[in-house]
Amino acid sequence: MAKRIDTVDLNVYYGSFLAVEDVNIRIEPRSVTAFIGPSGCGKTTFLRTINRMHEVLPGAYADGKILLDGDNIYDPGVDPVNIRAEVGMVFQRPNPFPTMSIRENVLAGYKLNGTRLSKSDADAILEKSLRGANLWNEVKDRLDKPGSGLSGGQQQRLCIARTVAVEPSVILMDEPCSALDPISTLAVEDLINQLKEDYTVVIVTHNMQQAARVADKTAFFNIQGTGKPGQLIEYADTKTIFQNPENEQTLNYISGRFG
Amino acid sequence: MSTAVKKTDEGAAPEPQPSKNGTSAKKGNAFTAGQKPRWVWAVVLAGALIIGAGITVLLGGEGFSVTGWLIFSAIVFVIGMYVTTRVMENKRRATDGLWRNLVWAAFFIALIPLISLLWTVFAQGLPTLLSNPSLLTEDMSTTNGATDQATVDEGAPLAGGFVHGLIGTLMITVLATVISVPIGLMASIYLTEYSRGGLFARSITFFVDVMTGIPSIVAGLFAFAAVNLFVTTFLGTSPAHLQMVKMGLTASIALSVLMIPVVVRSTEEMLRVVPNELREASYALGVRKWKTIMKVVLPTSISGIASGVTLAIARVAGETAPILVTAGFLATTTWNPFNGWMTALPVYIYRQLINPTAPGAPLPSELRAWAAALVLIVIVMLLNLIARIVAQAFAPAKTGR
Repeated sequence: MAKRIDTVDLNVYYGSFLAVEDVNIRIEPRSVTAFIGPSGCGKTTFLRTINRMHEVLPGAYADGKILLDGDNIYDPGVDPVNIRAEVGMVFQRPNPFPTMSIRENVLAGYKLNGTRLSKSDADAILEKSLRGANLWNEVKDRLDKPGSGLSGGQQQRLCIARTVAVEPSVILMDEPCSALDPISTLAVEDLINQLKEDYTVVIVTHNMQQAARVADKTAFFNIQGTGKPGQLIEYADTKTIFQNPENEQTLNYISGRFG
Repeated sequence: MSTAVKKTDEGAAPEPQPSKNGTSAKKGNAFTAGQKPRWVWAVVLAGALIIGAGITVLLGGEGFSVTGWLIFSAIVFVIGMYVTTRVMENKRRATDGLWRNLVWAAFFIALIPLISLLWTVFAQGLPTLLSNPSLLTEDMSTTNGATDQATVDEGAPLAGGFVHGLIGTLMITVLATVISVPIGLMASIYLTEYSRGGLFARSITFFVDVMTGIPSIVAGLFAFAAVNLFVTTFLGTSPAHLQMVKMGLTASIALSVLMIPVVVRSTEEMLRVVPNELREASYALGVRKWKTIMKVVLPTSISGIASGVTLAIARVAGETAPILVTAGFLATTTWNPFNGWMTALPVYIYRQLINPTAPGAPLPSELRAWAAALVLIVIVMLLNLIARIVAQAFAPAKTGR
């Protein structure tokens, strides 16, 4: 189920502005990879190119290749909608659909696409996804209540359940814990550790401790100055990045000298 | 984080209470010292009302004008409060109070026309409507100068009614809604979801804004000319064909010209406040754009859209001029908006007042016009009420946080 991601000479643009330059990275399946770096260095922008969400913004596009198990998702003729079904995404702020109940939120991927599910299939997917997101026990008695009535941490796990329900091969997480309190953060981090058994997980985080806790490999992005493009500076095992980085910039960042 | 802050606030709140008990043992509270007593405003108000009455009597000559009394009293009250506060407290508080009173006064002045209008219409229309409920079920086909003359001279019951106007307003407005809502909705979906702020989108926004300012009579003439052009080009130019230009549908087209910009603007506002995160959440699940719009964006904003549409309906339901020039008026009931003239309630009111059925005895016509005006106002108020209920009913469930 999980797929490998390779990017080849990827440049990401907002209109004529080059936001991320020349990213070449290989992300292994069934692993957690963290992107760290100062604000504005293009971590999120790069993440959003992996499921072609970047181009949703007016004028935004990416140039280069991203290979998903060897298939280029930026080949002309590739339908971004199919890519997004394959590469799920969890956002910074929990965003359950306010008009839907918890059950409908989990099944949103099917419901919105008009896929018909039998009652038993729907219930099976519902329970499996909610259990997968460590949320089942907390919500099993109120599946028909609105999803927006949950706490922030529960909402974020609901969003993860919604993503898991459509069985993607890659899950992208854009600072999934930045709007959560420490206990909810712990719950989501535990969940990330479980998810890597079935999925390729890529997570953007501002919290270096979080990267150290959850990630197998860590990529450090940096920006040379305002208006300059962000670059991938160093990519290695998390241990190496935090204990023995090769690059001076990485050392300065993780030791808190800037950023 | 914010919940933590709130908790400490709540935790801290009960603490001052014991000290309040402590201060009550003392004489007065240090924080309320130097304040004028609470009842001062009531005394000033009473004084202002008396002085206001005096001034009104002195200036008014014969008769006592309630409006004049209230206005003079308000002026005296505002000045009186300023002076009392200035004397009893200080200048800062006096100025603060002065501005507060002026804002309140402005609010009441703004209310005067509304209340006065409602009062007049209810006072004039309600007795007629209550004593002649047949007004709501009869049309004017059997009413003529003689029957009205009989009403005035011999006290015969008020003849006729405006059920044809009610039906006409209903049919014309429903048709106008059927035309405007899809066009307006789709235009605003284009503006918010598809256009990327290009020249085309900006010119649509500009022309929609211009359209909101079109005088309604111009909209009526436009619809008349458009339907006239259509009929003479495609159907023929015989007198019968020219006759059919004036029909309920033409009036609906005129009203939709007025309605579309309102629908576009209100819907656009509602679609813009749908958080982008929800669209992205839907895209991230591999949902296509049009399904995202249909199943995420529209349901999230449906309450605002529905109330905007209802308000647009309420706005055009009271139009007179565009209907008069496009659908004419009729004494008989017709349900068919595609053939022949049709009366709408506002046109009925206008005709009854300007051309009474019995020129020698205009009173019955006036009574009918007031009753019709009352019904029209009630319809518009009901539509506004429905808009609120709809907005409540469709609103997404509130967050529990």
